[in-house]
Amino acid sequence: MSILVDEHTRLVTTGITGSEGTFHTLRNRDYGTQVVAGVTPGKGGQDVDGIPVFNTIHEAVDRQGANTAMIFVPPRFAADSILEAEEAGIELIIAITEGIPAHDELRTFHIIKKNGRSRLIGPNCPGILSPGKANVGIIPAAFFKQGSVGLVSRSGTLTYQVGNELAQQGFGNSSIVGIGGDPVPGTDFIDALTLFEADPETELIVMCGEIGGDAEERAADFIAAHVTKPVVAYIAGFTAPPGKQMGHAGAIVSGSHGTAAAKAAALEARGVQVARTPTQVAQIAIETLGAPVS
Amino acid sequence: MDLLEYQGKMLFARHGVPVPSGKPARSVDEAVAAAEEIGYPCAVKAQVQIGGRGKLGGIKIANNKQEAREHASAILGMDIRGLTVYELWIEGASQIASEYYASVVFDRGAKAPLVMLSTKGGMDIEAVAEEDPGAIAMLHADPLLGFQPFHGRRLAYEAGVDADVVRPVGEMLSKLYGVFTAEEATLVEVNPLIITPERQVRALDAKVTLDNNSLFRHPENAQLRDLSAEDPQERMAHDRGLTYVKLDGNIGVLGNGAGLVMSTLDVVKGAGGEPANFLDAGGGSKADAVVSAVEVILSDPKVKAVLFNIFGGITRCDEVARGLIEAFGLVKPQVPFVVRLDGTNDIQGREILAQANLPGVYTEATMDAAAAKVVELAK
Repeated sequence: MSILVDEHTRLVTTGITGSEGTFHTLRNRDYGTQVVAGVTPGKGGQDVDGIPVFNTIHEAVDRQGANTAMIFVPPRFAADSILEAEEAGIELIIAITEGIPAHDELRTFHIIKKNGRSRLIGPNCPGILSPGKANVGIIPAAFFKQGSVGLVSRSGTLTYQVGNELAQQGFGNSSIVGIGGDPVPGTDFIDALTLFEADPETELIVMCGEIGGDAEERAADFIAAHVTKPVVAYIAGFTAPPGKQMGHAGAIVSGSHGTAAAKAAALEARGVQVARTPTQVAQIAIETLGAPVS
Repeated sequence: MDLLEYQGKMLFARHGVPVPSGKPARSVDEAVAAAEEIGYPCAVKAQVQIGGRGKLGGIKIANNKQEAREHASAILGMDIRGLTVYELWIEGASQIASEYYASVVFDRGAKAPLVMLSTKGGMDIEAVAEEDPGAIAMLHADPLLGFQPFHGRRLAYEAGVDADVVRPVGEMLSKLYGVFTAEEATLVEVNPLIITPERQVRALDAKVTLDNNSLFRHPENAQLRDLSAEDPQERMAHDRGLTYVKLDGNIGVLGNGAGLVMSTLDVVKGAGGEPANFLDAGGGSKADAVVSAVEVILSDPKVKAVLFNIFGGITRCDEVARGLIEAFGLVKPQVPFVVRLDGTNDIQGREILAQANLPGVYTEATMDAAAAKVVELAK
């Protein structure tokens, strides 16, 4: 098992004919993901290395049975593309695009929630990898193998760093989910924790947070009440000064809110071990599960 | 992007939010001319983003031309908690019967705009929230429904505003919500929102934060600048498309991806060092981005050593290595570099660096070892 993406994923990429869209879609296909379509308005009827391109997502669903969409269009068009996927009946929408206006994200989030048909991952996220099954997004799959650690993270390269520390100790992953560094993520820690808790393959959950917002604090309460599996947390940004946006739109300490120290304290108060460095995540995993037998 | 008070007020005026009449000024002569036009008494206000600037001497009332000149001379160029005053806002002094507080905040936790109103204005609202949370009326707006007139009335009644101003205060909240959505702000705050003796409702202050990601739809807002808050290195990085935040230490830090860079700063600090900056060279760091990044980091004279921490995903380590070699050719750094390359094409990247044999460049395999090395070199 794994969560969200697997061998049943039938992927359509919006923005497939852009250079990044093409590159990553083909990489995902090389990994074994079933890529069934691409969408670029005005380029319907063409193909990208054999992947049929359509003008609308509705066509990709009708003709190719797409059930998962990867959004790769520029930020100013991304909300439109997400909503198109939602209306076309796509179950899982994974938005890689960085820099979507916050008010667009807010509106998109509420429309998806109100209609209740789709799940949105991201925006501004690296996607989801279920090792050995499917990769949707930009996670460098070569570093990861199948296994029992579920990993959920707000940050892309930090996910690779932490994942690599685990891999070097012999751990594999059930799924790696990048929820993104934006203020209004379509899927938050609590959603991902719920899915990992229900996934029989996942034995340990690692969550990587960062400064800004209160998603980690709310996750701490949720873990105490609903998660039976061990959870290891890592929070980036202990040394971040208040009032400065640290790269991600969502990563900002405002006043006394959103500090890494407050998040770590909230998690530790509810029995979640918090690693101080990415290396420590793997050490705690070994203490919890024992060293993996390879 | 945080706006200065006068920029916020000019935005308010465009949306029909009543504000005292005023003019910005960047010189003493401009300030005096503005005061003469507005009439006396008028307030001479330092334009810096520091709460409590009045207590620090940044706001003074002028009753005549001479006082306007004196106050403008005193305030322009003064240092308020590390920020230099480059701009003034001259506005007609207001008569105040009551001071309220109003705001619209992009509430990430609730994923909805939070509208707040309190009759305890003119003071630190966080202190009010702490001591007397019941004094702040609040509601989350449904972004698909918007803020309706009944929401405004409800908040006004709940906050306990004077009965005769319930409707105008409610209308004020609707207008502020309009500013919040139309300008795509993440914060619109008015403290104090005043009631004049004539029972007029006015915004006496304006604190507005705009969403940087939406500025392409608001070209006029994208032009706004706050000279007092601009750091020369941050400006240089911004112009080159890099995300850079200046910090206080002496170890330059570059990484790819915001989360990894934040983590790197923590690990450097944990190893006993003080980072000089946050610099995210971006997801697909190409050679020219590396060159720009090295120039920006080294433009800070405090930097004694530099740490490159790259975990290649989309970023290819061989590209980063080539960029570093190119940068060394152009910049000729006088400080040591510690380079940690891991991930996509890491072996090629390390080989390229080894062959180039750059002066003062050390390679490390792990983040922890790289941090320890750079801290040692910066001593």
